[in-house]
Amino acid sequence: MPSPPQTRNRSRGGGLGLSALVRRRLGIGLLQVLGVTLVTFCVVAVVPGDPAAANLGQTALGDPTIVRAFDHEYGLDRPLVVQYGLYVWHLLHGNLGQSQLTQRSVATDLAQYFPATLELALAAIVVASVLGVALGTVAAFFHNRLPDRLVRFFSLAGISVPNFWLGLIVFYLFFYKLRWLPGTGRLSPELNPPPTVTGMYTVDSLLAGNWTDLADSLRHLVLPAAVLGTYTLSLITRFSRVSVLDVLGQEYVLAAVGKGLPTRTVVLRHVLRPALLQIVTIAGLAFGSLLSGAVLVEQVFSWPGLGQYAYRSATSLNLPGVTGVCILIAVVYIFVNLAADIVYVLIDPRLASQ
Amino acid sequence: MSASAGGTAAALVDDGASPGVGAGAGAGSGRTLLGTLRRPGALFGTGVLLGWLLVAALAPLLAPASPTAPSAGTLLAPSAAHWFGTDELGRDVLSRVIYGARLSLPLALLLVALASTVGTSIGAFAGFAGGVIDSVVMRVTDMFFAFPGIVLTMAFAAALGPSLQSAVLAIVIVSWPPYARVVRGLVLAMRGSNYVAVSRLLGGSNARLLVRDVLPNVVGPVLVVATLDIGSAVLLLAGLSFLGLGAQPPAAEWGAMVADATQYFSNWWMGLFPGLAIATIVFAVNMIGDALRDYFDPRSLQRSDR
Repeated sequence: MPSPPQTRNRSRGGGLGLSALVRRRLGIGLLQVLGVTLVTFCVVAVVPGDPAAANLGQTALGDPTIVRAFDHEYGLDRPLVVQYGLYVWHLLHGNLGQSQLTQRSVATDLAQYFPATLELALAAIVVASVLGVALGTVAAFFHNRLPDRLVRFFSLAGISVPNFWLGLIVFYLFFYKLRWLPGTGRLSPELNPPPTVTGMYTVDSLLAGNWTDLADSLRHLVLPAAVLGTYTLSLITRFSRVSVLDVLGQEYVLAAVGKGLPTRTVVLRHVLRPALLQIVTIAGLAFGSLLSGAVLVEQVFSWPGLGQYAYRSATSLNLPGVTGVCILIAVVYIFVNLAADIVYVLIDPRLASQ
Repeated sequence: MSASAGGTAAALVDDGASPGVGAGAGAGSGRTLLGTLRRPGALFGTGVLLGWLLVAALAPLLAPASPTAPSAGTLLAPSAAHWFGTDELGRDVLSRVIYGARLSLPLALLLVALASTVGTSIGAFAGFAGGVIDSVVMRVTDMFFAFPGIVLTMAFAAALGPSLQSAVLAIVIVSWPPYARVVRGLVLAMRGSNYVAVSRLLGGSNARLLVRDVLPNVVGPVLVVATLDIGSAVLLLAGLSFLGLGAQPPAAEWGAMVADATQYFSNWWMGLFPGLAIATIVFAVNMIGDALRDYFDPRSLQRSDR
């Protein structure tokens, strides 16, 4: 077969492959979300006690017509299967239940707390990815020499240290002892938060041109984001190192070095590009763990995000709150991984046809 | 890890730091299992882990004071009498750290045993059954990967009441999927192999095939995942106890001790030592896991599965 048509065929196949891949992944993703709702439904269903009592306030509970209307609304007078159907129906309409903690809908609560956690997780993942790839690459180039050994030790330590403990140590050192950085909250109490656009203080203060708020919210972000990102940074470092080592042994890299290309070109074009494939996947997987890891870190730094909300909900038996956080994190995790898969194919179109 | 990713932790860690697998370098003495475990890293890890197991076993002999009863003034800094100081109730921190090993280590091992049994069974079943059953089971497994470990565990703890039992149950529920995925991939690959076909021709029943021919080949990779999983289990348990959803006071549990310390953070010794205990165990286990992975190299197996 002559080669030009073959090339064209392959690239067309790649394009088709991408949309098929997205459709298939989307299907799996939706199934996953459904599964998560099934489990959260079961969690709520096994709880002994009266769901009406758990969901309605004291005054509403005194009124039999409201209780009956609630039972009917959620199908509590009907079989479990119907109840689950109604549960999903409500979820689809954005109704995650009522929070007794705040006397508002869980959806409203999540909308309030999510941006804080997202801001924390984004700061952590961005720093962890950039630094992790750099450290991993350096370690691979110095394979089995001192820089490599140091990176290996610290990245293993980074995945072994409990983040709530690291948070406490960092809090003690940089806030209590050295007084370099603020230790709790998102903004100093004397400042007014910027007008809400995204709910992320750094972005919002930037949009509003409020430099005082921007500097202050960035300073508040440093400690919790560093602690939250330590695990991810170590993970991405370990991955990048192995990926780059794999690539360094390939003949085309030797060839590139052999024909006298500058090191920078070889690293950027021949080594990092293929290594990035794996790193994109791992960063996607790690993002989900960042969101749930935030639960512990937020606790240490009194960061008013999803984790604190989930914690306060769990300890006050506000189950719709906890399950709402579960569903939200699962949905984010699934879609981040979908995005990672798509980026994967964009970096290497050959993978779409597999 | 952050005690959070739960089940995904093993899957994530699992592709980490084996030096130069594809680069054809650094294989060194790691040709035999014993040789692998004799490498400095693995040796160090094994030593630390054995040390902690010994501490757990001999806790009553080693601890200078009671782990739950006050033995001196409150919030005393480390001294010759109390090496790790005392906490807000006057309990000896060193004794509490020592007794903490009795809680964390057996529970972590129990967790891993449960999760690996459940995961291996499900994975072997899916791989052996093949076809529609396999895809359905694996989709369900995928679904569990999406669960936010610690948040789901919090939901369980809230629903069942905060206790170690509900924490253990919840952690098992979120941590079996990596085993299922690895085992299913292996079984699927083996099903098509010649020796299994020969065994079948010789009249071996499905049960015999599974137990005699397939499972022995699965042990190695499962061991790797399980070793790394011990670390995640220790971290998750400590994390839940840190939140007050695991071990209940006055139990000497490391995560709970760190939680107490956040209330008295100026007394650094209260939090430093229990956290170091967690970190050293997880670090040691991860070193052993890395070495074992270099030996069994399930990396390639996992990749071909995707």
